[in-house]
Amino acid sequence: MSKTTQELFDYLNAAFPEAELLHESAALGDSWVSIPADAWKEIAKFLRDDQQMRFDTMMCLSGIHYPDQNLLAIACHLNASEKGYKLAIKVKVPEDNPVIDSVESVWKTADWHEREAYDMFGIEFKGHPDMRRILCPDDWEGYPLRKDYVPQDSYQGITTKYTEVEESHD
Amino acid sequence: MIEVVRKGNSRPEMVINMGPQHPSTHGVLRLEVTLDGELVTHVRPHIGYLHRCFEKYAEKMDDYSKVTPYTDRMDYVSAINQEHGYAIAMEKLLSIEVPDRVEHIRVIMAELQRIASHLLAVGTFGLDLGAFTPFLYVFTEREKILDIFEKTSGARLLYNYICVGGLMRDVDEDFKKDTAEFVRTFRPKITELQDLLSYNSIFIKRTANVGILPEKVALNFASSGPVLRGSGVKWDLRKNDPYSIYDRFDFDIPVGKGEVGTLGDCWDRYIVRVHEMEESCKIIEQALESMPDEGDVQQNVPKKIRTKPGEIYSRTESPRGELGYYIISDQSSKPFRLKARTPSFVNLSVLPAISRGSLMSDLVAIIGSIDIVLGEVDR
Repeated sequence: MSKTTQELFDYLNAAFPEAELLHESAALGDSWVSIPADAWKEIAKFLRDDQQMRFDTMMCLSGIHYPDQNLLAIACHLNASEKGYKLAIKVKVPEDNPVIDSVESVWKTADWHEREAYDMFGIEFKGHPDMRRILCPDDWEGYPLRKDYVPQDSYQGITTKYTEVEESHD
Repeated sequence: MIEVVRKGNSRPEMVINMGPQHPSTHGVLRLEVTLDGELVTHVRPHIGYLHRCFEKYAEKMDDYSKVTPYTDRMDYVSAINQEHGYAIAMEKLLSIEVPDRVEHIRVIMAELQRIASHLLAVGTFGLDLGAFTPFLYVFTEREKILDIFEKTSGARLLYNYICVGGLMRDVDEDFKKDTAEFVRTFRPKITELQDLLSYNSIFIKRTANVGILPEKVALNFASSGPVLRGSGVKWDLRKNDPYSIYDRFDFDIPVGKGEVGTLGDCWDRYIVRVHEMEESCKIIEQALESMPDEGDVQQNVPKKIRTKPGEIYSRTESPRGELGYYIISDQSSKPFRLKARTPSFVNLSVLPAISRGSLMSDLVAIIGSIDIVLGEVDR
């Protein structure tokens, strides 16, 4: 039988009573579990190895930027293929010090996904073996998916901004 | 292009650049390959050559429905499946029920697209290994599917057909007849393909025992689709996490068995695709039978969709694997954040792990068997 996020949260909260986990939801859609950044890696290992959980795959890791609260976050969607559980997890960090422990050693999917979150949001993953940009060139400036992103004017001498060329009408 | 690195007294290692313009990288993928003679010691994929900021565009569009054409352009050889995934995600978020007839048309279209996509995958896979003839055979069949799509949606590659709440327009009157006719003539062609390519001894020699992906590694890398099933894992979202009306149909999930080599080799990934086309035929036949003849194909969804704050992660089985859309909505009419979890991106990340120790020429086979579309990797 599949378990709801609430049931999974209760189990997780009982295992980590001091970690200040939160079960949150919005008006529409799914709910998620919020985990503080310092407890994330430990809980990730627990989620993968615990016999009641066994989240063997991480389906997706996405970066999020909340400009109103000056927060950056990652959202992880986990899947337990044996038991059929799904779980959404959020880890939030302040904008001025966006460092999260890498879970690359727990789920290999995190390797490229964390690089993407670094590339697009500037979130740094501590302990990642190869923290480079992945989609943008290595010498690109800024983090494109942040809400306050302003594209650079030129890249290696090439104008990046689109300007309308005025057509001459005779 | 070529750099020779000598470490101490050991044999010199050579670093070779493969791509981004290379016929067997299926697009603009660049691989930095470290070689010890003919043996691959390390592969470093460099991606991003086709990055078009899909996710940023989605946030900047002023309407949810305007995102659909962009999803088409992610995996441009299976556009219907991408639209289908996005429509399902939005409908789940907004709790929209879709009429039965629409669900049937969507499933038929998605399965036709799956066949077309797999045909391209097996055709180009053969082409990479020097088998030119099967490529022409499969393209003849793919053409027939594209004709059906053209008649229905007006486009041959990027359809913009499935929209949030329904379809852009009803199918044409010949749709049922054409599709039934296609399935009838296509079945014998699969047998032909098996004779031409699958059990060809040169093809088997090039693909069996090459690029073995063990089950545990596949799961840890979150591989999905034929790549995961080729390693013997019976996991298909149409069965394991049913969406749309897939729970009503009777079909199997083909998995790799290590028939000619080791479980999880290139041949297993290939043969899963061939068998999946048969299963898609089964689904299409059942769907054609139960499809209602009359009915509206558009729900009463406002032109400009306004949402409440919410989050959804919705996943569907695209021909390449698990296609997930993570949508965060706010009070406006555009997504606050839209992330596409594309199967090719995740499947490609397993390449360095499975190509270590293989021959340089086998690397071509491994890339072909993963079946990547760079539009989807780079988004």
